[in-house]
Amino acid sequence: MENIRTRKVEKMVKEKEAKAYELRLYVAGKTAKSILALTNLKKYCEEHLKGQYRIEVIDLLVQPQLAEGDQIFAIPTLVRKVPEPIRKIIGDLSNEEKVLVGLNIRPA
Amino acid sequence: MSTTAEKHTSQLHYPSLPKTPTGITGLDEITDGGLPKGRPTLICGEAGCGKTLMSLEFLIRGAMEFDEPGVFMAFEEKASELSMNVASLGFDLDKLQEQKKIKLDYVHIDRSEIEETGEYNLEGLFIRLDHAINTVKAKRVVLDTLENLFSGLSNQAILRAELRRLFQWLKEKGVTAIITGEKGEGPALTRQGLEEYVSDCVILLDHRVINQISTRRLRVIKYRGSVHGTNEYPFLIDEEGIAVLPITSLRLEKEVSSERISSGIPSMDAMLGGHGFFKGSSILVSGTAGTGKTSIAAYFANSACNRGDKCIYFAFEESPKQIIRNMHSINVDLQKHINKGILQFHASRPTLHGLEMHLVAMYKLIKKFKPQVVVLDPITNLVTVGSVSEVKAMLIRLIDFLQDEQITVMFTALTLNNVITEQTDEGVSSLVDAWLTVRDIEFNGERNRGMYIMKSRGMKHSNQVREFIITDKGLDLVEVYLGPEGVLTGSAREAQKLQEQTGELLRDFAVSSKDRELMRRRKVLEAKISNLQMEFESAEEELNKMHQQEDLIKQVSNKTREEITNRRRGEHSDEKGGKNG
Repeated sequence: MENIRTRKVEKMVKEKEAKAYELRLYVAGKTAKSILALTNLKKYCEEHLKGQYRIEVIDLLVQPQLAEGDQIFAIPTLVRKVPEPIRKIIGDLSNEEKVLVGLNIRPA
Repeated sequence: MSTTAEKHTSQLHYPSLPKTPTGITGLDEITDGGLPKGRPTLICGEAGCGKTLMSLEFLIRGAMEFDEPGVFMAFEEKASELSMNVASLGFDLDKLQEQKKIKLDYVHIDRSEIEETGEYNLEGLFIRLDHAINTVKAKRVVLDTLENLFSGLSNQAILRAELRRLFQWLKEKGVTAIITGEKGEGPALTRQGLEEYVSDCVILLDHRVINQISTRRLRVIKYRGSVHGTNEYPFLIDEEGIAVLPITSLRLEKEVSSERISSGIPSMDAMLGGHGFFKGSSILVSGTAGTGKTSIAAYFANSACNRGDKCIYFAFEESPKQIIRNMHSINVDLQKHINKGILQFHASRPTLHGLEMHLVAMYKLIKKFKPQVVVLDPITNLVTVGSVSEVKAMLIRLIDFLQDEQITVMFTALTLNNVITEQTDEGVSSLVDAWLTVRDIEFNGERNRGMYIMKSRGMKHSNQVREFIITDKGLDLVEVYLGPEGVLTGSAREAQKLQEQTGELLRDFAVSSKDRELMRRRKVLEAKISNLQMEFESAEEELNKMHQQEDLIKQVSNKTREEITNRRRGEHSDEKGGKNG
């Protein structure tokens, strides 16, 4: 159930090109933390960045070679690729305030 | 009964802890074979003590010498920096990476880029490590300064739990891992107490500066399930990597030789039971300034080279050229041995580097050149870079090493006090097998040299003082004269010798006059004898003459009687007429 929904979102996201916010969420399998992080992220994005964002979910169990490139060591990690500079937020993103500050959506 | 049997079988199953050789010179000896196989080892120490280098060498040697690929996960330095650092040691990290023997992974943690919110774990690190291990099929893993995680992340509880999981995971992976950690405040080995997690093997590196001279030291603090050397061992980082210097054997179980080698001075050999020193023994030559210690050492080296043995001469006071020139004056040509390549000079000021560095440098040269004879001239100067006890410790190690290699070593040492030196030189005299002392004997307005053999283990040796003479023909020992005023040396000895020679001449003269007198008397007697003999002969002749006369008379008278008789009878034809008439 959850799986289907995630894919739907990804599909939806991919259709829109060149967004102001390009976000990447690194996970390792569908763990509770990963799912929580993704749900949280989608919620915040819908609330604050509607239409301006794209989320890419990378499962490191499937593509472990990608971990090195973005310097991932913690799971889950959210990487803001665009706009620069790159920002990273680790954890299940349960603190909305911190995520928004971290993504520079809201000034600190 | 059953328990002992069980014990026995379990011992059979696990004969000893499997180990992974590091390939680092000396470290495998201290750890009795290497690091625990398939388990993590902690290397800790202060900044700049060589943690990264040691772990990197472990990896590189593993890849190059033991065919065990490795993964280096760096939390501090970038891959390019690491390659550059080890390039100076002659390791080509880039090439090893291309050959897929080593995988470098730099983990960049920057607090300013990272925001933490909520629960997380370090699965990403595990995945990266796992991926790297799988890429090169690694058997060895290094995590260089894992504690950098603590500076990058704030949730300690998560970190600690994850570290525990990491070490467990490494063990499950069966890789031999090194984790480095920075020395913490106070007694803590590492800042974050990593030693709690890594319980199998802990090695502490140290870098101390004493009297402006720095020395690196290594100590195995803990090695579960294995014997290991517990001392602090000095180590060295040079162009060939790390070299740890263990006391080569903690036991005194060396091979000994009863073969003898000459000291180069026949009269000294004679003092040593006629054959010289034992091969593989250590000899100390001590004496006050200018007593010819260097000359003895040079003679010893020269005689070794003349036999065709190889020799290294470590000079701490004079330059090789100076020694060669000076030895020409006593008829020793060292240059020709150098040209032949059987004699090597290594001159360095003791203050050039610390004692351990000297020791390691000597160790390496000896290993490379494989000499039969080593000379250290003089060891006294080494005290300038270390305390007496340190010098002694160093010399113990050197002697141990040399005896293992069956190399004969001669030390020279300067004694400062002119009182007879029962005091030991650098405390080394109890370690050496033979101890010669050259002492100034001041007498009659001269300084002369007296040589003693203080000790010589395992051989008959002379207990006498000899005068040690240096001439332009070479070195010699002569017996001193014991006069009424004590030992005579130098010109006093010559005078005594002359006096004795005169006495001898006089005696000779006396003897010869007596002989002549005897001759004369003999001649007289002989003359008398011949006189008597002549007398006897004439007497005999007289007697003979009388005998002959008597015989003649007898004959004649006999004849006459016969004739008379015949005539009376008138039988005789020619006498007939006479008879008848």
